[in-house]
Amino acid sequence: MKACEALVIGGSAGSLDVLLKVLPELNPELSFPVIIVLHRKSGKDSILTDLLSAKTQLPVKEIEEKETIRPTTVYIAPPNYHVLIENNRTFSLDASEKVNFSRPSIDVVFESAAQVYRKNLVCLLLSGANNDGTSGLQKVKQKEGTVIVQKPTSAAVSFMPEYAIEHVETDAILDTEEMASYINNLNT
Amino acid sequence: MNSERNDEHIETLLSDILEIYGYDFTGYSRASLKRRIVRLYELDGFVSFAEYRYKIRTEPGYFNRFLEQITINVTEMFRDPEFHKTLRTEILPRLGTYPFIRIWIAGCSTGEEAYSIAIFLKELNLLHKSLIYATDINSAVLENAAQAMIPLSKIKLYTENYIAAGGSANFSDYYTANYSLGKLNDELKSNIIFSTHNLVTDHSFNEFQLILCRNVVIYFDRPLQDKVFELFDGSLQQFGYLALGTKETLDFSRVSKNYERLKGVKIWRKIH
Repeated sequence: MKACEALVIGGSAGSLDVLLKVLPELNPELSFPVIIVLHRKSGKDSILTDLLSAKTQLPVKEIEEKETIRPTTVYIAPPNYHVLIENNRTFSLDASEKVNFSRPSIDVVFESAAQVYRKNLVCLLLSGANNDGTSGLQKVKQKEGTVIVQKPTSAAVSFMPEYAIEHVETDAILDTEEMASYINNLNT
Repeated sequence: MNSERNDEHIETLLSDILEIYGYDFTGYSRASLKRRIVRLYELDGFVSFAEYRYKIRTEPGYFNRFLEQITINVTEMFRDPEFHKTLRTEILPRLGTYPFIRIWIAGCSTGEEAYSIAIFLKELNLLHKSLIYATDINSAVLENAAQAMIPLSKIKLYTENYIAAGGSANFSDYYTANYSLGKLNDELKSNIIFSTHNLVTDHSFNEFQLILCRNVVIYFDRPLQDKVFELFDGSLQQFGYLALGTKETLDFSRVSKNYERLKGVKIWRKIH
């Protein structure tokens, strides 16, 4: 069994509801960080961080540049920045061009995490209306990481998970209700 | 590029570029730089790292393309309207008490921020006694900046930003539409000097009351950030202001003790 060093979750339209259901069920002593990248309207807001904080005992924080990535913590991508991960397990933020019409882009964080965590990375792609995430998941697979996708029938918007399932070899396709226990089982 | 050896390849390229062209990228954060270097490799269809490296080393024309693609030139007029609102209502009026206003926009890219500030200076009736130095490492983007053209596709966004930032006229007063481009009024450009300046290797060149450097140091590692903040400190008058990007901070720098942060925005005032 590969030890999970990081869980990265990407989502777009319809994914917030999933997180609001999954976060309360997570083991508050997770042995790895949970990095969440959601498409959202730009603008300065800590609303998402506040909203998710209220749902879990794990500390939830918006990512700061050069911040050291710690286990047992939920990190939220800030609006308008891509999230990248350095070899020394710190975050970098990047305000470069949108990717798949998105900044933050899920492909960017999946690909960057894959290069650093390799086979010890677990990525989860949720509901959404565009194809962001799929090419990132392919990179995760190339590095022998674990790819999980939300079951399209349980997704509010099925396009994004469906597109991923068609183009990437998945390790698991999960209903919202199955996600928390899957994640808790990754604990070491 | 063979991804197993990517990190090694990147370091080789960076030392080549420093040695041959004098541009020092070794203090840049690696993840973002690596992503752009690999992206250009794929975009231009190279088949081996050796070929890529050879072309960069031996063709100055190609190196220019490399430089343009590796540096990040994403900007917009009145980006982060809240920030520009603070500039307009608090900072620029205070600078108005000086007989002459000098502003440095470091890493100005294609100039959108320089023109935004020129518009607000004009609305505050300060433009005639202001000089905006807009600098960038990349001379190609500066040529673009000097053209003062904005794509019409961006006008809607810029107009929204302008209104949200508290502009007092109509944004459409500031440009003339011409096919797919809007040409910004010449008056706005008359007090802007566009010039190349490399924050990594070049020195201070004047004293300013306001320095804007937004979403630039985010790409630098801590030691380089520190060095750049010292350069700004040496280029800022007492009681001058330093403005950084939404996710940037002066807090970890050696010069931070000389500064006081304004509430709620990424603007610091030099108090010592």
